[in-house]
Amino acid sequence: MRLSFRLNGRNVEHDVPVNRTLLDFLRDDLDLLGANKACESGDCGCCIVLRDGAPVCSCLMLAVDAAGREVTTIEGLANGDELHPVQRAFVERWAIQCGFCTPGMVMSAVALLAANPHPTEGDVREALAGNLCRCTGYAKIVEAVQYAAELLSA
Amino acid sequence: MSAVGSRVRKLDAVLKVTGQENYLPNIRLPGMLHGKILRSRYPHAEIVRIDASKAEKLPGVACVITAEDTPKLPMGYKKDHPPLKYGKVRSLRDEVAAVAAETPDIAKEALELIEVEYRELPPVFSLEAAMSANAPLIHEDRPGNEVDVHYFFEHGDVEAAFQEAAVASDDTFELPYVTHAALGTMCCIAQWDAEGRLTIWSTTQVPYLYQRELAEVLGIHGDRIRVIQPTLGGGFGRGLDVYPIDPICAFLARKAGRPVKIEFDRTEEFIACPTRQPARFHLRAAASRDGRLLARDAMVYLDNGAYVSWGPTTPYVMMATVTGLYRVPTVRFETKILYTNNPYAGAMRGYGNLQATFAVESSMDILAAKLGIDPLEFRLRNANQPGDVTPQDMRITTCGLSECLEKASTLLAASGGGEKTSDLPRPGQPPGRVTRIRRGQGVASLFHVGGGARVYRSDGCGAIVRIDDFGKVTVVIGASEIGQGSDTVLAQICADTLGVPVERVEIVQDDTLVCPWDVGVHASRTTFIAGHATRLAAEKVRQQLLELASGLLEEPEENLRIEDGVITSAREPSRRISYDRAVRATHFREGGTQLIAEAFYDPPTTMQDEHFKGNISATYAFGTQVAEIEVDMDTGRIDVLRVVAAHDVGRALNPAGAEGQIEGGVAMGLGYAVTEQLIVQDGKVVNPYFRDYKLATALDMPKVDVILVETNDPAGPFGAKGLGEAGAICTAPAIANALFNATGVRIKSLPLTPERVLEALEEARASGALR
Repeated sequence: MRLSFRLNGRNVEHDVPVNRTLLDFLRDDLDLLGANKACESGDCGCCIVLRDGAPVCSCLMLAVDAAGREVTTIEGLANGDELHPVQRAFVERWAIQCGFCTPGMVMSAVALLAANPHPTEGDVREALAGNLCRCTGYAKIVEAVQYAAELLSA
Repeated sequence: MSAVGSRVRKLDAVLKVTGQENYLPNIRLPGMLHGKILRSRYPHAEIVRIDASKAEKLPGVACVITAEDTPKLPMGYKKDHPPLKYGKVRSLRDEVAAVAAETPDIAKEALELIEVEYRELPPVFSLEAAMSANAPLIHEDRPGNEVDVHYFFEHGDVEAAFQEAAVASDDTFELPYVTHAALGTMCCIAQWDAEGRLTIWSTTQVPYLYQRELAEVLGIHGDRIRVIQPTLGGGFGRGLDVYPIDPICAFLARKAGRPVKIEFDRTEEFIACPTRQPARFHLRAAASRDGRLLARDAMVYLDNGAYVSWGPTTPYVMMATVTGLYRVPTVRFETKILYTNNPYAGAMRGYGNLQATFAVESSMDILAAKLGIDPLEFRLRNANQPGDVTPQDMRITTCGLSECLEKASTLLAASGGGEKTSDLPRPGQPPGRVTRIRRGQGVASLFHVGGGARVYRSDGCGAIVRIDDFGKVTVVIGASEIGQGSDTVLAQICADTLGVPVERVEIVQDDTLVCPWDVGVHASRTTFIAGHATRLAAEKVRQQLLELASGLLEEPEENLRIEDGVITSAREPSRRISYDRAVRATHFREGGTQLIAEAFYDPPTTMQDEHFKGNISATYAFGTQVAEIEVDMDTGRIDVLRVVAAHDVGRALNPAGAEGQIEGGVAMGLGYAVTEQLIVQDGKVVNPYFRDYKLATALDMPKVDVILVETNDPAGPFGAKGLGEAGAICTAPAIANALFNATGVRIKSLPLTPERVLEALEEARASGALR
């Protein structure tokens, strides 16, 4: 099927089998390898991207469901060399260890801060509850998201 | 400015936060095929016949292999484990055949076309069954199903000590299967070239040991193998051994004549990744009336599973804690390790220490209660002190245990915790109603290696430091970064040793063709061992830099200093030259030279002798965690409110990284305590999904206060000790002890699920033991 949608601010047209997930389409057809595959069942959040600004597990969504939509992946977040404030906050606050969960975490955080620019710590934890991390214990991730909120409102 | 001691940002952070990190699954080679593994249908059976002809004919299949396509050479510590099984299968994860195909889907389809005829054998799923008189043998050459690994240690007269004791405990602790659950699954890519050389990209954590072991399994010389360990999505000890995925990938690639990738999906990861060693831990302990520990006596039974990986060597670490955590004058430790048809265990963060510390720290609380002494006070009276030598001859030099105990407890008490409360109002309940939530606090400590661990003949690491014409400093090192941040710490060490800004330093690692040797990332050793290797090589380069600057500035070396990349005369500060200019001036001239030096650091330690004595580590790590919990008396649910974690880290070379190791360790320890269990029924993992195997989420994590206790160890690089595993080790007993504190109920099996807690509460209610 011919798929046309917006990806990271550009129009994309591509043939795609109807049964291909958005995650496989991004990784295997478009070589966008930022979203990671770690469970393929929507349990871990490593593959989260934004669809019309809302976080979705790209492993649970068919690529064809992106038709006519705006999809943002981790690759589309920075403005040239300038990191998005959420990315900057993750870097500055050591919110990363192995980093496999990081792209999904960052996308969840971006969606949260767009909807709720001044989240409480509880709001942040709630928003990240669908993103598993095995390395950090979340402390520095939560701190980074709160710091990103400060950066965004400054 | 000094890089060491500051929160220098993680070297790989920008790549990771922009999605540019080149994780192993992201690597694709031209012509690469996809491999899949067929596993056994039965936990114990003879293989009568394998017919792969239909699978081979499926369009898109490049090749199918069985053991007949391999040299049938075994892997593992006891060489009892062929990568592809022949004759019989011994567990449900056993690898029977493998396929390489153009796509993962075709490979999966081909697996279903392979016909395997089995003749079922009676299975063995428990320690009791393995030990029973007529038990079927898992390995025909192992009578009684006993694994050929035994531990017996005795120091002093244990029975006499129990006789003179005022109080004694005698308990059995059951530790479950848990698994690494790294978010990046196990993955391998193998590629042979026309010269018969193999390049293999692997999730190993021990590239050089792996190179040797893989050579033995493949039946080729090690110099034909180049191991590359790309960026991993976590490790936690998973990659300490060679597992069938790697040689199978190599066999497929050789037969197909094309590169092959095998990548586990999540379910396969839960089934075929090694586990943490489960254990049945009998522990007796004794103390005097005045609260001195007198003796410990441990008998540990291990279900080895079907093959020997590192699981049956975890008693090395269990023993160190039984003999070494707090002062114990007399001690005995023994094991019995048995084959079954269950999954087998490997290395996992902390090795056997989580199991042993759960038993030891539970027994400490039990003794304290019997003596009527406050649990903290009892621990303080028995805390290890600098200068102590443990019964196994481990020499404790710096030791912050007392400080950890005091600081962790004081912080909790000072900030809202402290007094135990009972029957708190449950939020949202109408006033006046009796609610049943109780709060309690528990304490537990840990003892672990902190200066490497000489469990192999060499505990060394090599480093090469060079400076190029642009002033870029490269550290080429054998050590592996698996996410923990050791690269960043090594760059800090190199920068400060040389006197250059840390931004100018890069790390090259994880390619056995390029980098000097290292024993691997395990035993919390990388900062300590690789840190020393980096420091030593950098010191040599610094000396070279001073020598050449001395010539260029016409100033004796002893008058020169290097700061922020500038070499300056102390006598006459106007005489100065930037280090990169000095490098170029020495390079681009007749008879020029380059700046490069290497060093190999092997710590001043000894292997244990046949009596399990020896100072295996150059220093030891200590820590205390205090947990505050609430227990819902009606549902058995435990809510961990807070963990204060005070750790003797020697010196935090990067405080942010050190905190991160401890916070992440606590999360793993919390999972071990309350939510995580790989449920194995009749040899089968029945919960191989994240929705049934519960990792802590951001909502589950309590507030974790990290206290970095700095003892500035003279043996460590810039004073540091290892801390990679420490954070995970004592969280579970702290939580179990908090449960006892809140309710009077002692649970000796993990995890502390609501069902288990409720059952124990009801039993206690019935017997009147409930507080």
